[in-house]
Amino acid sequence: MNPNRRQFLQTAAGAGALALGFDLQPLRAQARALKTAKTTETRSNCPYCAVCCGVIIHTIGDRSKNVVPQVVHVEGDPDHPVNRGTLCPKGAALLQDCVNDRRLTKPQVRRPGKTEWEDISWDQALQELARRIKDDRDRGFLEFDEHGRKVNRFPNIAFAGGATDSNEFCWMAVKTMAALGVIRHENVART
Amino acid sequence: MTNSWTDIANTDVMLIMGANPAENHPCGFKWALEAKRKRNARIIVVDPRFTRTAATADFHVPIRAGSDMVFVGGLIRYAIANNLYAHEYVTHYSNAAFLVHPDFQLPEDGVFSGFQEVTSDYDRTTWSYQTRPDGTVITDASMQHPHCVFQLLRRHYSRYTPEMVEQVTGVPIPLFLRVADEFLGIRKHGDMKRTGTLIYSLGWTHHSTGTQIIRSGAMLQLLLGNMGRPGGGVNALRGHSNVQGATDLAITWDSLPGYLKQPTASDGSFEAWMKRTTPAVLKPEETQSLNYWANTPRFAVSLMKSLYGPAATKENGWAYDYIPKPPDGRAWWGLSQEMIQGKVQGMICFGMNVLGLMAGAHRTQAALGHLDWLAVCEIFPDETSEFWCAPGIRAHEIQTTVYRLPGVGFAEKSGTTVNSARMLQWKDAAAPPPGDARIDQEILAQLFLRVRDLYIQEGGKFPEPILNLTWDYKIADKPSSEELARELNGRALAEATDESGKRSVAAGKQVPDFTWLRDDGSTACACWIYSGSWTEDGAQTKRRNTDDPSGLGIFPNWAWAWPLNRRVLYNRASCDPAGKPWDPKRASLWWSEKDGRWLGPDVPDFKVTSPPRDKMGPFIMNAEGLGRFFAPGALMLDGPFPEHYEPIEGPIANPLHPGRSTNPLGKKIETPFDRFGKPSEGFTAVAFTMRMTEHYHFWTKNNPANVQLVPEPFAEIGEDMARDLGISGGDFIRITSARGYHICRAMVTKRLRPLKVAGKVVYQVGIPFNWGFRGIAEDAGKTSRTLINHITPTSYDINTRTPEYKSFLVKVEKARGLRS
Amino acid sequence: MSEESRRIQKISAHSGPVPGAGAARELKVAKLIDVTTCIGCKACEVACQEWNDLPFADTTFQNNHQTMPDTAWNYWTLITMDEVQKPDGSMNWLLRKDGCMHCAEPGCLAACPAEGAIVQYANGIVDFNHELCIGCQYCTIGCPFNIPKFNPQSKKVFKCTLCTDRVEQGLEPACIKSCPTGCLQFGSKEDMLHVAGERAAQLRDHSGFPDAGVYDPPGVGGTGVIYVLHDVNTPEAYGGLPKEPRIPRAVWLWKQPLKWLGNAAMLGGILGMAAHYFLFGPKPEPVETKAQNRNRHEDPLA
Repeated sequence: MNPNRRQFLQTAAGAGALALGFDLQPLRAQARALKTAKTTETRSNCPYCAVCCGVIIHTIGDRSKNVVPQVVHVEGDPDHPVNRGTLCPKGAALLQDCVNDRRLTKPQVRRPGKTEWEDISWDQALQELARRIKDDRDRGFLEFDEHGRKVNRFPNIAFAGGATDSNEFCWMAVKTMAALGVIRHENVART
Repeated sequence: MTNSWTDIANTDVMLIMGANPAENHPCGFKWALEAKRKRNARIIVVDPRFTRTAATADFHVPIRAGSDMVFVGGLIRYAIANNLYAHEYVTHYSNAAFLVHPDFQLPEDGVFSGFQEVTSDYDRTTWSYQTRPDGTVITDASMQHPHCVFQLLRRHYSRYTPEMVEQVTGVPIPLFLRVADEFLGIRKHGDMKRTGTLIYSLGWTHHSTGTQIIRSGAMLQLLLGNMGRPGGGVNALRGHSNVQGATDLAITWDSLPGYLKQPTASDGSFEAWMKRTTPAVLKPEETQSLNYWANTPRFAVSLMKSLYGPAATKENGWAYDYIPKPPDGRAWWGLSQEMIQGKVQGMICFGMNVLGLMAGAHRTQAALGHLDWLAVCEIFPDETSEFWCAPGIRAHEIQTTVYRLPGVGFAEKSGTTVNSARMLQWKDAAAPPPGDARIDQEILAQLFLRVRDLYIQEGGKFPEPILNLTWDYKIADKPSSEELARELNGRALAEATDESGKRSVAAGKQVPDFTWLRDDGSTACACWIYSGSWTEDGAQTKRRNTDDPSGLGIFPNWAWAWPLNRRVLYNRASCDPAGKPWDPKRASLWWSEKDGRWLGPDVPDFKVTSPPRDKMGPFIMNAEGLGRFFAPGALMLDGPFPEHYEPIEGPIANPLHPGRSTNPLGKKIETPFDRFGKPSEGFTAVAFTMRMTEHYHFWTKNNPANVQLVPEPFAEIGEDMARDLGISGGDFIRITSARGYHICRAMVTKRLRPLKVAGKVVYQVGIPFNWGFRGIAEDAGKTSRTLINHITPTSYDINTRTPEYKSFLVKVEKARGLRS
Repeated sequence: MSEESRRIQKISAHSGPVPGAGAARELKVAKLIDVTTCIGCKACEVACQEWNDLPFADTTFQNNHQTMPDTAWNYWTLITMDEVQKPDGSMNWLLRKDGCMHCAEPGCLAACPAEGAIVQYANGIVDFNHELCIGCQYCTIGCPFNIPKFNPQSKKVFKCTLCTDRVEQGLEPACIKSCPTGCLQFGSKEDMLHVAGERAAQLRDHSGFPDAGVYDPPGVGGTGVIYVLHDVNTPEAYGGLPKEPRIPRAVWLWKQPLKWLGNAAMLGGILGMAAHYFLFGPKPEPVETKAQNRNRHEDPLA
């Protein structure tokens, strides 16, 4: 015998049809709604480890123009050849990665000597940062090293990140930092 | 991974060392259990602790952290001494027959030939092959010549006896012999059908000798003929979901995208840079070598064209001046010290908690306070963005301006990540960014465009690379993942024709793969190894075909793996020299005389039309075309063969050469933050950091589901140690190193037992690293809010500068004044 | 599957036959737990909570990796973890997923005095109907596995439903789906017994566990959750899995000859509760302490 669950489910459905041939109406419990019955499914990948399990993100909202999707459930993607629908305790808790009141939702700044965060607009935050990068670069840019060799480096700022993000983000980071001349950049690979 | 997660199911025996995949990669580990269920494959776990992985293993070998190289070395010695290696494979596919410089000396006294005491560095002249005037390497096919690699290998490992293994690692001889019998046993009676896989992770990398430990493993697999084969390989289990991608794309201090080597100040020109970094073929007379890295200029020119388009010309050395040249020997490890010295004024962190991550948290903490500004893009509050209100810090004394920018989580962005098996998989965004959060790459683009605007308006230092950076995105301040992904694949800038002259690609079209890239400026490609991922046929990374016709777990049409959608690297070596699979039942590739090419379910890692009679070496990325037992030149800075050195903080003097206990090249930074302890100072227990399945880095301490599973920081200590120290399970303990202390609960367990090492009883302590001072438990006042990196050592691997988190010395005591 | 998975074959406190019983072929479902390939990762624990919208628990450090000492009203499945030193000095770590066993002869159902509060479907799943639960907690006494747990706030008893909502739609229970190693499987009892038997044989023949076997205790008529154990002779070593579980004699007694006595006692209990309420007022609500429960996760039935 080769047990096969799909086969079993079909058999069971057949058994249900068989029952209709009898007069006696079987007693049935009230049906419970499947919580994902009306959700929209989006295929994604778990952000944690490098197995990169396939996951299905269930959102409410049917992608209509006037509807903002809301994540309500995350489950493994059964098609994915590596995880085959399974997840670990972190992947199984991905809903709380999306819907979590600890999420950061607005730009903030902490000024010198201050003990609290202040809100700041995106425009101002980006403008202040751009100004700092420009000024630091103009001040610290090194065209020639101590041996007179051309090096064109911007040694006085650093960039960290990438391993938690997409390749496309990483390329954006590599590209912009290369153009600025940043030489101090690293992702989490060595730690 | 040279192989893939699903390929593990093809193996006959697994040696899992320096990794705990059941804990850290549960969904990948299923394929190990699949091998067990379907093939009665054996699992051997060598780990200081009896881990979750060990719970399903056939047997567990407790080992002293920091001694793995001796254990693997012992296996290499045993395989050679007992004729348990793959003769034909080693003869034809490795450099075992190469003759080495006659003055080369093995490190019987702790150093190889050429060591310079004054500089603590090597003159590596003798670390070379003997060559003929035409450059071909002299070999001895009988492998009997005293200077041939195989004889040197035998001699080198002759010191790694079972007795030495027991003395250094604490593994009793009978247990070691059992591993030898199980793992090396696949080559009994010359059998070449069976395969064994080696699985490792950070437990091997986080050592001052990490690179050489991994190299030992690779050599063992080469010796056993397991490389390139289904169910074989050396499988590094990578951590973060895109740590592979971030490294491929070179967010690292030492390379450019696609593992091109960084130009340095001494190169001087594009041509000089290419000359230095393009390897010359280094082949023996008997075999051919494809030397694929000979194509380096094609990839480098295409990268420069991708970055700077028309501004990169042959005349200006493909905008060679635009590439910043870091100083020699510069590494990330020195960054925090340089911040303290005032050499760095600003820092940008995207999803990387540097204060939590870097060795020597006291120094990182001080360093961040020396910055003028810090920008952190995160989805949850983290230690780095709140370093100014860390425990014991007076916020009003910190003058750093900190910007905290809300980025997006995994469900809110599209794009690809690269899994541990080099597979690029596309995902779509399911929901919009929450609140006012923005997509990370758009934040970076917007920041860059504002800097560029300032340079346009005001001028400034060397603005050319900034002004000429390719920026042809439809919405300039919102580059889409699709557009960026297309850049990674590369396109033809002028009509391109393939080598046969039969196929061509029109200007502006995506190139089919990296064989189309040219060094004449007619192609642009951001990362050559990703070429083929988004062609004119669309995004290969979006493919979702679940068929696996070969049954070998290849799934050739599911997503896309670099390079060229190849699933097992070096797969030519899965066949014998005549081109027939070593095991016909697990055939991923074979030579078809009829078709005049290599065929099979996997993509050949080889010149597809090169017949076996041409004797081309299967390891095409090596200049030799062959696997290296002996690594010539400066490939490995600390020796052409791996030699065991004790951790910088080790519990014993190295029994192999007590006078040269630690890595002679192991450099320490000398500042008040860099203190190292000795057993004589009371630091007698061996500690190591670890991960656990319930938490992910510093991330899930914000997730109530995961916090519930493991609510508080703890350390695992053995029952004997606890008894000695009067510690009960659940007590708060203080773990002190020469650098600081960490306070957590004691988990007293049977799963961690004392070992007898060089006549001494050694206790070990395993400490998870997932907490800090900001998280659900931390905010609720449930933890002492100390970071594990307050105690880890600031010693590093000499080849990679990876910190030595997996073996350092501590003392453990009951924490006074804390309620348990 | 759909409708059939809700067809009822046993009802708590119900006299007379169940309508339609025996009218159709009956296919029992079962969950197989192969403890020898369990890695104790707790994916099943979280998947269960997520699917069933259960509030997260307030846990404390346990001196081991086990999430909490026992299952709870809001924590229906729990990996028990026992470190065992074998006679040869080597270790084993016994990791067992604990939870409702869905007994063929359910002690909870036998003990329940509220008609229809506990039902057993034709496929063998034992389910609680919380609208009919009177919170008497007799089921907690009737269960030989100590599974049903009382929620003092909602005054109802909870346990694993084997995700009847999913099973009805042809989906496997949430825990089964999540399990990364495949140590959890789901299917017909017949199939699962077959798979379990083969795995036990493999353990005996190839993995050096001569006493490996299948746990499907006859004392409760067999169970809808079966285990493969390394050593089937010592189930107690796995977090106290009972060797020969039976419905307590007291339950059998009061449900049969002494049933009237039980009813009287129950009536007394209810009257006593009412009197207590009138005399002392309602029990004050415990203060919500957990910041982590702020997100969502209100008690679905409170």
